[in-house]
Amino acid sequence: MAGLILPHYKADPPDAHPPLDSPGYRSTSLRHPKQPLVALPQRLTEITGPLLGDGRIGEPDHDLTRQCAAEPIGQRIIVHGRVVDSTGRPVPSTLLEIWQANASGRYHHAIDTWPAPVDPNFTGVGRTLTDAEGRYEFVTIKPGAYPWRNHDNAWRPAHIHFSLFGRAFTQRLITQMYFPDDPLFSQDPIFNSVRDPKARQRMVSSYDHARTSPEWALAFRFDLVLRGATPFEEDDDDD
Amino acid sequence: MTELGVTPSQTVGPFLHLGLEWADGPYVVPPSTAGALRIGGFVFDGRGEPVPDAMVETWQADPDGRFDHPDDPRGAAKSSVSGFRGFGRSATDRLGRWWILTVKPGLLPAPEGAVEAPHLDISVFGRGMLNRVVTRLYFPDELAANAADPVLASVEEGRRSSLVAAEGEDGLRFDIWLQGEHETVFFAV
Repeated sequence: MAGLILPHYKADPPDAHPPLDSPGYRSTSLRHPKQPLVALPQRLTEITGPLLGDGRIGEPDHDLTRQCAAEPIGQRIIVHGRVVDSTGRPVPSTLLEIWQANASGRYHHAIDTWPAPVDPNFTGVGRTLTDAEGRYEFVTIKPGAYPWRNHDNAWRPAHIHFSLFGRAFTQRLITQMYFPDDPLFSQDPIFNSVRDPKARQRMVSSYDHARTSPEWALAFRFDLVLRGATPFEEDDDDD
Repeated sequence: MTELGVTPSQTVGPFLHLGLEWADGPYVVPPSTAGALRIGGFVFDGRGEPVPDAMVETWQADPDGRFDHPDDPRGAAKSSVSGFRGFGRSATDRLGRWWILTVKPGLLPAPEGAVEAPHLDISVFGRGMLNRVVTRLYFPDELAANAADPVLASVEEGRRSSLVAAEGEDGLRFDIWLQGEHETVFFAV
């Protein structure tokens, strides 16, 4: 079909994402492709994507402190922010999924054997949709740090896993939100796999006193930036 | 125009099932759909061991080659297949297996006037993977369309077969090799 004009999502700068082969994070060694990636020009399948939302969200899904019979143990926090693309446009009505450890650093998962208490009132799973301006909010518990076996005395900094779809296959992103000034950053190869220090800081939330809830919850702001699109391919090149 | 820096990708970690596993995840179409096709396989690491903590996501057009999406320049089109979601998600099980239930997508127009063969876009996430890897699945009974497909043509001939599913006992088989002798072709999108 001649004259098929598509939006085009800009390539990310080379250091924006971590290298798949990051030897400090040992598990990458057998799980990264060794052949060079083949360039895939964006076509209809890549510039579209699942627009999930209605039907995937239940009322308490964004509030991880209200999903069980009683309140979970730990420090209540509000995590909020905006999802925008790299051109600054908000990404509305997009599904966000989060999962995290409980206050003692243990996941509600059968294969997590770290001997910290399981909290029967905390699944650590949340979902929500962004609003028309790309805003979202979760209420949860501050996750604890936990040890793992990557290197000598290895500890993961406290973090919340975030999954985002955007509106196109090319925008799909899974990342982790960290907390400001965590003393464990310096020894964590997953956090430090992002080589550009500025890009690394984009995974760190900021304390947001204005959004705290007095005598109830602290607040952290975490904005997320997905790849941006030029409106039409003809704006990009080919002139 | 000021360009904002994108948020970096990070691994889903070993506990991805908590947040990402959906009971209906593998159902791109409802289970009762006439002519529904099962597609599945293993995810293997560089030692040839199955990967039990990975997740496979698929995205595709409907059998008419349409997307219910506003950015499709032909217009968003509701699928003729009732309940068609276009999207599939399957965590690998303890044996490293993933699967989806879907219908074969149609041909797609491409900007150069070319025609794309029926295909699925696939993302693979996992512990030990700091970013997803992206591949495509093509269908083994589409020899002529595959031969004319511009994306397959851009791949070194000797490696193209890693992108074509195989006929299996209960549907199509598509194994994903993250590394090693049989490494799947992965794309930069």
